[in-house]
Amino acid sequence: MRLTCPLCGDRDRREFYYYGAEDYLHRPAEGAPLADLDNYLHLRDNPAGVTKDLWYHEAGCSQWLLVTRNTVTHEISGVELVAGRKA
Amino acid sequence: MRYSGLKVITEGLFGNKGWTPAWRDPAPKAEYDVIIIGGGGHGLSTAYYLAKNHGITNIAVLEKGYLGSGNIGRNTTIVRANYFLPGNSEFYSHSMKLWEGLESDLNYNVMHSQRGLINLFHSDGQRDAFVRRGNAMINQGDDAILLDRDGVREHLPYLDFDNTRFPIYGGLLHPRGGSARHDAVAWGYARGADQRGVDLIQNCEVNGIDIENGVVRGVQTTRGAIRAKKVGIVVAGRSSQVAAMAGMRLPIESHVLQAFVTEGLKPVINHVISFGMGHFYISQSDKGGLVFGGDLDFYASYASRGNLPMVEHVMEAGMTLMPMIGRAKVLRSWGGIMDMSPDGSPVIDKTHVDGLFIDCGWNYGGFKAVPASGWCMAHLMATGEPHEVAAKFRLDRFATGHLLDEEGTGSQHNLH
Ligand SMILES: Cc1cc2nc3c(=O)[nH]c(=O)nc-3n(C[C@H](O)[C@H](O)[C@H](O)COP(=O)(O)OP(=O)(O)OC[C@H]3O[C@@H](n4cnc5c(N)ncnc54)[C@H](O)[C@@H]3O)c2cc1C
Ligand SMILES: [Zn+2]
Repeated sequence: MRLTCPLCGDRDRREFYYYGAEDYLHRPAEGAPLADLDNYLHLRDNPAGVTKDLWYHEAGCSQWLLVTRNTVTHEISGVELVAGRKA
Repeated sequence: MRYSGLKVITEGLFGNKGWTPAWRDPAPKAEYDVIIIGGGGHGLSTAYYLAKNHGITNIAVLEKGYLGSGNIGRNTTIVRANYFLPGNSEFYSHSMKLWEGLESDLNYNVMHSQRGLINLFHSDGQRDAFVRRGNAMINQGDDAILLDRDGVREHLPYLDFDNTRFPIYGGLLHPRGGSARHDAVAWGYARGADQRGVDLIQNCEVNGIDIENGVVRGVQTTRGAIRAKKVGIVVAGRSSQVAAMAGMRLPIESHVLQAFVTEGLKPVINHVISFGMGHFYISQSDKGGLVFGGDLDFYASYASRGNLPMVEHVMEAGMTLMPMIGRAKVLRSWGGIMDMSPDGSPVIDKTHVDGLFIDCGWNYGGFKAVPASGWCMAHLMATGEPHEVAAKFRLDRFATGHLLDEEGTGSQHNLH
């Protein structure tokens, strides 16, 4: 598997650290109800199909990437920088 | 039909014409007392113990493929009771005791072999942690023996003891640990359940769960609607999809784990060896193949095959630990979809829907759990109360902060 980093180009999967689902981008505000934290930390849609998840280009530009990917075919349809993204 | 040595001999003498199928192939009835979704190890053992321990026999196990097509037939078959945390410790201890009586209970040879499991350590700090773990195991009533370097050498002379990165300091021997034939465990429970009247229905995929006023009424399947008073979701890597049919969002992320087997060799590895630092574990099957595996591929996946980086990593770890295996040829590799939970421990619990239960979150340790998971899930479904050894496997423990994080790696699904 290879990911095309917007900054570094087409790179081997081994250069990246995998964190988990996009949910990690939606950190609840301070004082939010515990249920929100549970949602953020633990609960996952976990789709068999297209998903968005977070990868860190550890052996490259050190940027966090939001990757759109198919969990069944491993096809990658989009990679964008997390930094400066319009949520 | 009872199986026995005598039966094998007499059948052999008379052309093996007297064998009958190990289970029936019934069409689904319109209604059951209990439906178990998923014909893997945990679903089959749940059905078996519902029938055996609780006298509930009007049960269907619905399996979308064939029995044993999931993780139960894909794992590296390690059976152990070396957990540390209260909650896990008593559960796996209970499972070990069930394993020890399983073959006579099922009248089925599951090739359970208590050949001993050795977990290696490579530093003083790790040694301390293993002493602590060993004490926890002994406190639980199970067995653990601390081996120093020479002690390990006596059992495993072929390891590379002087490896520069991970020199071997010693190991924790768990004599009752070992392995079993994975398919046979599924088949044995399937046969036992069938003999007690359970309908095992294959090629029957559940694609909807019927709920009325908060009470489960049955399921929709590729073979039509089936009503039921109680339904258990026991589908391992597919837990999120099936639970979503009941409107649930689970604390599960599905990941692929690979395993490998070599050509058959003469007996060379007598134990199960675990090399935690390389995340590598190996044993030799009764057929002679070296069976080994490593870590997850690390990214969420539903593909029952892995990628090459982990293949390379596992081979490197194996060669680091025991260079002698370098000449063996790998015959096959495959992957299974693991239901990874955010604390590495499972769930056996009720849901927000009356009559709907769930058993999931087995990470990559669910093979050894097959007997106790079925035992406890059956207890829960029959009595409505959690079994005492599984009482901490609650679905709401993530929300309440009562996590069972055995490895202390935090709330990230792929780290367990
Ligand atoms: C490579 C590998 C190595 C492993 N090594 C070990 C080990 O050494 N020791 C250990 O203890 N554990 C190990 N495990 C983990 C263990 O195999 C699993 O935790 C355990 O088998 C999961 O439970 P199960 O047997 O019920 O799962 P499965 O066998 O996967 O059963 C789930 C079943 O549900 C069915 N299903 C899914 N969706 C539906 C639906 N909608 N309708 C009907 N049926 C459905 C599936 O087809 C499947 O048959 C390993 C796993 C893998 C993949
Ligand atoms: Zn980059």
